[in-house]
Amino acid sequence: MSKKIFPYLLLIPTFLIVVIFIYYPAFQTFKLSFYKMSPFGNRLFFTGFGNFWSLFTSGQYIQSAYTTLIFVVVTVVAGLTISLFLALLLNQKVPGIGIFRTLIFAPYAVSPAVAGTLWAFLLSPVAGYVSYLFLVLFKAQPQWLTTYPLALIAIMIATIWKNLGFNIIFFLAGLQSIPQSYYEAATIDGANASSRLIKITIPLLSPITFYLIVMNVTFTAFSAFATIDVMTQGGPANTTSTLIYKLYQDGFVNFNTGFASAESVILILIMAVFTYLYFKFGQKAVFYQ
Amino acid sequence: MKKSQKKILRTILIEIGLIAISVIILLPIFLALTMSLKKPAEVFVYPPKIFPNSFYIQNYISAFNSINLGRLMLNSLIMSIIITLGKTVFGIFSGYAFSNFKFKGASLLFAALFITLFMPAEMIMIVPLFQIMQSFHWVNTYWALTIPFLASATTTFLMRQHFMTIPKELEDAAKIDGAGPMRFLFEILVPLSKSTIGGIAMINFVYAWNLYLWPLVVTNSNSMATAQIGLKMLTNVESTSNWGVIMAGTLMVLAPTLILFFAVQKLFVRGIITTGLKE
Repeated sequence: MSKKIFPYLLLIPTFLIVVIFIYYPAFQTFKLSFYKMSPFGNRLFFTGFGNFWSLFTSGQYIQSAYTTLIFVVVTVVAGLTISLFLALLLNQKVPGIGIFRTLIFAPYAVSPAVAGTLWAFLLSPVAGYVSYLFLVLFKAQPQWLTTYPLALIAIMIATIWKNLGFNIIFFLAGLQSIPQSYYEAATIDGANASSRLIKITIPLLSPITFYLIVMNVTFTAFSAFATIDVMTQGGPANTTSTLIYKLYQDGFVNFNTGFASAESVILILIMAVFTYLYFKFGQKAVFYQ
Repeated sequence: MKKSQKKILRTILIEIGLIAISVIILLPIFLALTMSLKKPAEVFVYPPKIFPNSFYIQNYISAFNSINLGRLMLNSLIMSIIITLGKTVFGIFSGYAFSNFKFKGASLLFAALFITLFMPAEMIMIVPLFQIMQSFHWVNTYWALTIPFLASATTTFLMRQHFMTIPKELEDAAKIDGAGPMRFLFEILVPLSKSTIGGIAMINFVYAWNLYLWPLVVTNSNSMATAQIGLKMLTNVESTSNWGVIMAGTLMVLAPTLILFFAVQKLFVRGIITTGLKE
């Protein structure tokens, strides 16, 4: 008898946490998204899809969805391209390669908030070195954090830099799992370096690339909140306010619970679709390897 | 002869490339270090000089004094250790349940856990989660900072994957020797998985130390906030006036995870790879 319940006992702590702090709030989110707070904040009114309707007709929400899309796509594409290039360079048998690997992975330990203060400093007008370099190179000294679209670009730079370590580790692991014999055979057949890259390396890296895209998208869409909060606080004129930043502002600055819950519901649905796609296509890609 | 010369030249070029890339990637941290040692008068010297004339430790003292950074870092440490312990221990339990036992509803429970894998609940469901904290009277306490993070689908999943790679014969042998399931877990499975568990624990520690939005919302005093929130406070207190102090604070907040990373880098890489490669 005790043997039968043993695995359930093992699961109790994890399920307690997940049910109380993920399932129950998810249920609450859906419920609250159909209600509106009374002007005095003491009663809830049912409004049906009223909150969603207000969101989709509000320019600010559409703008922040658009900002998120651009921010995520540019950051992920540029970040992964740079990381793949660096990983190819690191995947060499030269003396001291271990030290270089350790050094280049280091940004993994950096938090999104630290990345934010570091780049806020480097891009600051007088003391910042990147600003100064810009002046020397282009004879211009833009106000990075307070002008559109430079503020968004500044956050992209900080995010790409912060993710380098993580991405390179994965690309390297992927590169090292490709059998050397593939390259030898291709070389005998007369394939040059670039066609070996396009025809062997990139296709064989696709499962890892797929995983990295998923991780980078979630990281950029959500964890980069800290970078934004430290660098621009969503400004100038909301041009760096992503969906998660807007959710925070509606929930904890404007205290509009109904609005914020409707935004949460949209994010939950997006993530559910995202998870589904990952396991539908991601697993397949891994099996082919 | 010619071929070996070509090879040497290639190696040298690659080395130069690697040095250049390492320098560029680490430059932000290095420049923060030199800035953190500048006197206030040196901060805005134009054109900016990289190396300070002085070795101005006062910036670090100012960072600690102006926002109570010592307390904030202690809070972060307490939070991170509790979260890491919880996730690791509960992850071992639930991973073991899914990997070594057949029971009714196993696949349903697994699926229920699985859906939450990419749901950063503390971010996307933050409003109702905050209401839960209010009803528990947990706002501005260690409870709020730790309890919601004590277990996760990710750790469960990773532990399960790892335990599945350990030969079933061991379990049968243990059974014959009369060892119960708990003894098998702690005396055989866990010792055999030391480095994977260590790697996953490191990842969880960094994750916890770097949390931002949740501590920002559930703490409201400068004695309960965490080190990451301290950076925002420091930027507000110092405004743009003193990058020396802000960078000193930034490096202090970065130091624990960076030192940990360099100290057990192999474990980290192993942890990061296990988190990703789900065969």
